[in-house]
Amino acid sequence: MNESLSSAIQTFQEEFGLSSSEFRGQYSLTLSGDKLLPVCQGLRDRFGFEILAGQTAVDYWPQQDPRFHVVYQLRSLQHNSRLSLRALVPGMQPSLPSLTSVYPNADWHEREVWDMFGIHFEGHPDLRRILMPADWEGHPLRKDYPLGYEEVQFSFNKEEIAARKPKPAV
Amino acid sequence: MEVSLDELKHMVSDRALTGDTVLLNMGPQHPSTHGVLRLLLELDGEVVINCIPDVGFLHTGIEKNMEAKTYDKAAVMTDRLDYLNNLGNNLAYCMAIEKLVDLDVPPRAQAIRVVMTELERLSSHLVWLATHALDLAAMSVFLYCFRERERILDIKEMVGGQRMMTTYFRPGGVWRDLPEEFFPTVRGFLDDFPRRIDEYEALLTRNPIFIDRTRNIGVLSVETALQWGVTGPILRASGLGADLRKDQPYCGYEQYDFEVPTHTDGDTYARYLVRMEELRQTVRIIRQALDKMPSGPVRSNNRKFVPPPRSELAHSMEAVIHHFKLWTEGFNAPAASVYSAVESPRGELGVFLEGDGGPKPYRVYWRTPSLVNLQILPLLAKGHLVADLVALIGTIDVVLGDVDR
Repeated sequence: MNESLSSAIQTFQEEFGLSSSEFRGQYSLTLSGDKLLPVCQGLRDRFGFEILAGQTAVDYWPQQDPRFHVVYQLRSLQHNSRLSLRALVPGMQPSLPSLTSVYPNADWHEREVWDMFGIHFEGHPDLRRILMPADWEGHPLRKDYPLGYEEVQFSFNKEEIAARKPKPAV
Repeated sequence: MEVSLDELKHMVSDRALTGDTVLLNMGPQHPSTHGVLRLLLELDGEVVINCIPDVGFLHTGIEKNMEAKTYDKAAVMTDRLDYLNNLGNNLAYCMAIEKLVDLDVPPRAQAIRVVMTELERLSSHLVWLATHALDLAAMSVFLYCFRERERILDIKEMVGGQRMMTTYFRPGGVWRDLPEEFFPTVRGFLDDFPRRIDEYEALLTRNPIFIDRTRNIGVLSVETALQWGVTGPILRASGLGADLRKDQPYCGYEQYDFEVPTHTDGDTYARYLVRMEELRQTVRIIRQALDKMPSGPVRSNNRKFVPPPRSELAHSMEAVIHHFKLWTEGFNAPAASVYSAVESPRGELGVFLEGDGGPKPYRVYWRTPSLVNLQILPLLAKGHLVADLVALIGTIDVVLGDVDR
C-alpha cells in the first residue's frame, strides 16, 4: 500500500469514523450515504483521486440488512492507487446523494444503477432509465427480479419448485 | 415509444420550444453511428446546439446472466461485450477470478495472453481506423485495414478455433498451447505490418482533407478528461500518458520495452496520431513477447480450479473426481469482492467481481471504457457541424456492445 493511500484511509477513519477492509491488496471504505459527498470531495481534492473509475451496486436481498451496497471505484493517477467505497443503502425507498457535482461522469453510472437497482440519487440532473426501455417495469439486477427460466425439478425438490411456479390466472 | 416534448424540455435549450432550433433524430440505424447509437440533436442550421445520446439498444443483460452461471461457463459471455476486443474481455474476467480465488498463471500463459491481446489491439485499432476514415470519406483506407485485420482473425482462428468469439483465455491460463505454425505466421505478419501502417499514414496523415476534418475538432482538455473519467487513447491524446500496462503492470508487461504515445493537442487529429503510434508500439510488444516466450505449461496445475487434461482421466481416479466436480458443480470462490482492470484499446476495462462462497458469481460488474468515454460526446459536439459530429463519434471509438452490455 502506498503512502498517500494509507494516509487517506487513516484520515477518513479518524475524521468520519469509517471502517476499512482489505482483500488481496485492495482497500475499501464502508460508509453511510450521508457521508458520501464529503468523503468523495476530500478524496478528490486532498488525496488526488481524480477519476471515478466505476460505480455499481450489489443487492443482498434477502440475507442482509441494509439491502444494497453501492460500490464506487476510485482511481488516482498521480499516486497510482485505487480505493473502493461501499455506501450502505436500506431496502425501503433506497436513496443516495448524487456524486455528479464531484465526479461529472457519475451521471450515466447513476442512471444505470437507478435503472438496474432502483436506487434513487438525490440531486441528479436527469435520472432516467439508460439501458432498459423507458416504459420497463422493475429493476432487473435486483435479486428478487425473476430470471424467467424454468428451474430443473429433481425428486428431492419437486414440490418446493412446483409451489414457486407461476399459476395461470383463473 | 412516443416521447412528448415535455419530457425533453430539460435537455434542450429554450429555443427548441419556440421552434427556433430543430430537433433531429440521428440513429439508431445510421451508418456512421458505429452500431446502434441514437443521438437526439438540437440543430441551429447545421450547428449542433445540444446532443443527447440514447443508448441501450444492444443491452443483452450479460451481467444478470453471468450470475446464473458458474465462473467457468460465464466466461463464454465475456467475448460478447466488446466485440472488437474479445480476448481483452476474457483477460479482464479471468484476472478477476484469479485474484478472487488466488490462482496462479504459468509464465508461458502470461506471454501468450500478451501476444494475443496485443494482436487484438491491432485488430481493434484497424477497425477504428477503417471506419473513422470511411466516415471522413477515405474509402480505400477502409479496404486496406480490413485486409490486414483479416490476417489477425486468421491467426485467432488458428489459435482458438474461431475468428472472433474464442474464449481462448480461461481462469488459470489459456485453453491450449499455441500451434507450431503460429510463430512463423505471426512473425510474417509483423514483418509486413509496419509497412502497412506507413501506407495508411501516407493516405491520411498529410492529407489536407483529412486534416481539415480532424484538426481542432472536438478539443478535450486534460482537466475535463479527468473529470469525466476518460481513459485510454483519448486521455493520452489530451496530454496524460496514463496506461495501465505501465502504471499497474499485469501479465508481465513490465518485462517489455515500449512507449506510451501522448499528444498535447487533444483534438481529433491528435487522437488519430496517438492511435497510429500505438499500432507501432504494439508491434514492438508482440515481437518482444514472441522472442521471450517461455516454455512450460499453459494452464495452472491447481486441480481445485482447473480441470485435468484428457490424458489423465484414463488412469487417475483423482483426475476423474476433479473433472466431475469441476464440470458439474464448478469451483467455489470466497465471499469477497475484487476489482481488476486491464488496458483495452479503448481505455480502462474493469471487472468488479463478487463471490458469495458458492460456484456462481454473486455480482459481476463491467466497467466498460466505451460507456464512460461516450459521455463526453455532447461536450465535444457542442458548436460543431453535423458533419464533424460524425468524426467525433469515430474518434471516441465507441463499441455499442461495450456500452450496453
